[in-house]
This record gives sequence, C-alpha cells and structure tokens, in this order.
Amino acid sequence: MTASTESGLILPKYRRDPEGTHPPLDSPDYRSTGLRHPKQPLVLLPHKLTEVTGPLLGPGRLGELDHDLTRQHAGEPQGQRIIVHGRLLDGDGRPIPDSLIEVWQANAGGRYRHVWDNWPSPIDPNFTGVGRTITDSDGRYEFVTIKPGAYPWKNHDNAWRPAHIHFSVFGTAFTQRLVTQMYFPGDPLFFQDPIFNSVPDEKARQRMISRYDHSRSMPEWALAFEFDIVVRGREATPFENEEDE
Amino acid sequence: MSHAATPKLGSTPSQTVGPYLAIGLPWEDGPTVVAKGTPGAVWIRGVITDGAGAPIPDALIETWQADPHGRFDHPDDPRGAQPGFRGFGRCPTTDDGEYGILTQLPGALPGQAPHIDVSVFARGLLHRVVTRIYFPDNAEANASDPVLASVPEERRHTLLAQKTTDGYRFDVRLQGEGETVFFDV
Repeated sequence: MTASTESGLILPKYRRDPEGTHPPLDSPDYRSTGLRHPKQPLVLLPHKLTEVTGPLLGPGRLGELDHDLTRQHAGEPQGQRIIVHGRLLDGDGRPIPDSLIEVWQANAGGRYRHVWDNWPSPIDPNFTGVGRTITDSDGRYEFVTIKPGAYPWKNHDNAWRPAHIHFSVFGTAFTQRLVTQMYFPGDPLFFQDPIFNSVPDEKARQRMISRYDHSRSMPEWALAFEFDIVVRGREATPFENEEDE
Repeated sequence: MSHAATPKLGSTPSQTVGPYLAIGLPWEDGPTVVAKGTPGAVWIRGVITDGAGAPIPDALIETWQADPHGRFDHPDDPRGAQPGFRGFGRCPTTDDGEYGILTQLPGALPGQAPHIDVSVFARGLLHRVVTRIYFPDNAEANASDPVLASVPEERRHTLLAQKTTDGYRFDVRLQGEGETVFFDV
C-alpha cells in the first residue's frame, strides 16, 4: 500500500494531536468564544500538497534589533530584563531550523502598546513589545525582553491574565502552524484564567509554562527562562496512508 | 515497517492571539502575495463575521497556496521548486472586519481543483480555524475535487469565492447562518 495518488506523488503526513492537547473552540468560561466558535462539525482535511508544504520565511523578515525588545528605542524599557530561549521541535524531537518565530507582549506594567488597551498602567515609551527571530540549525531561538506584567480584563469578576508572551511559529508545513502563549513558572493567577485552563489535558497545559534557567541568567543583567515549542511530528512512514484510498 | 526510535513529544497547545494581535503579527507587505501591478493579480476581499453577524475587528487571516503553475516552493513538493513565489499572505481585519489579499490564482493541482488554504485567527478563537477558497471559474475541476466532495452539498457554497470587478469576494462566517465550512487539519 502506498500513498501515491492519481498523480503518483508520495507525500509526508503529519500526526494529528491527541484529544485534549488543544483547547476546544467552544470554551464558555472564556466568554469571547461564545459567538466565535463554529457550531458545525469540522470536516476532516486529508494532508495533500497544500497542507504538507508551508511558507519558509527567511531572514528577509527580520530587522536588526527584532530579537532584542529592550534595544528598539532610544532608552531602556522599565522592568525586569529577561532572556527567553528554547528550541522549536517536532513531535519526534527533531529540531526545526530556519523557522520564523514572532512574539508580542505587554510591558512590565501589563499594558499593550495598542489603542484599545486603556487600563491605567503607563505606556512605556521605550517598549513596543514586538519581536522576531529565526531558529538556528539546531532549532534554537533567543529573545531579550522585559518580563510582562499581569493585567486585568473583563471576562469575569476580578479577572487577571497571568503574565504571558504570545508566540507565533510556522514550522515547515501548513499543518504545523501554531500560535500559543508562554507563561511563567509559579504564576499565582493560573487558577482563575480561562484561557490557560482552556487546555483540557493537564500535562499539555504544563507545556505552555517556561522553566526558570539559572544557568543562562546573566549576573547583574538578566534572568533567563527556557521555553521549548513542539509542533506536530510526521507519521513514521509516508507509505501508510489510510485517507487516500 | 520500522518504528521511530525517538520518543514522541507532546505538542505545545494552541492559545488565542488575543485582542492585541495587531501589534505583533501584521507585516507591511503581508497582504500582497504578489506586488501590485503583477500581471493577473487579483484582490481577494471579504468580511469576517461572528455568530451575531457582527464584523470582527480583531481577526487576522493567513493564506497559503500554489503558484500559477500549481507548484509550491518547498522541499516537500517533489516536482521541483518554482522559486520566488511567496505563496503566503497575511492580513488583519479593519474596524469593519474586512481583509484583502492581492495574489495570483493558484494553478491546477494534481487530483485537486485550484484552491487557497486559509487560517483564521481572532480574539475568542483558542485555536486557528482553517478553510479553503475555491474559484467559480473552475466548475469542472471543482465538481471532481475530493475535498469539496467530502463537504455536505448544501454547505459547499461557503467555500466558493464570488467574482468581483477586481478579483473575488470570500466572506468568513465563524458561526450561525451560512457558517463557513472549517476543516480539521
């Protein structure tokens, strides 16, 4: 049995993630899902050429200081300087090299540089909160930034988002595209956050929490946190292809 | 058949882009898959709406497609690269929920009708939703497309762009009346 289609192409396939890995689109505790989750069942999309390929976005997308969010302005931003580093891996532990990683976040006071964010914590003129980098040949990436603050929102009574950094990764295929949030270890706000807790599997939820990395903290300069990102692995063999009859 | 020697790692879960995606994701050239003035370039425009029919001002779409010859500039397209065609578009919605992507139409694909894959991200979406754009010009290819055939007939129209004066219109309805077909990838 082969995966050859009428065209004779043999394509890699990507394993689907186990139930509970990703949040259900309908998560009533996060109120904004109410009018924004499809009510019809999703239709299974076989992995064809469009899905096994994906944009390979190179260094052309990077500005010189995109990897250091503390040096993008004339002065230094307020807050605790941190190094965030890790690897982009597939589900078999293979590093994904040369892959664009984008981040965005609030400033140390928990405020985003966005016109809609009007909670009364000051804007930091020296912090935009946007970064980009590319993984190296071992899938490694690194940012220098400021630890974001927690902030209130109106989802429920006394609702506060735990400190987090938004991450966007492409992987090498359309099937691997991921937007997630990196959290910090020991955050006291996890228990009441419906976005963090929307992930059903406790073990999967833990994979969104970075690890404090003392070996990479820099004396008198910055704390370090390690955050590996794992996107779907390929099927062990492309020669079994149940969906292509 | 051999088994992979390395242990499998669990995937990092998806989370919402939140309301402030517009500070981090958009690119100045994101909406233009091809430069303005490129022969055959078309605008694909649409509105993204929620279950109440309200336009969504904090959404973003990404598109991924073959080039006009039906090829992907990617090592897993075994037919050989046609370098230079980015194939990828990205556009946040306006306050009125509108997006626009300037591109060239994808060419025919082996065993499939020409199509564009679309990811939709938004506040309130904990995981991207994925749909496909098909084109009315390809009636014959569409009629034999295996993915379209797997969609209930009465919902297939939600995957079909409509012709406009400068390209096509493709609206995305996340919920309710005329809900767009979304795929489990």
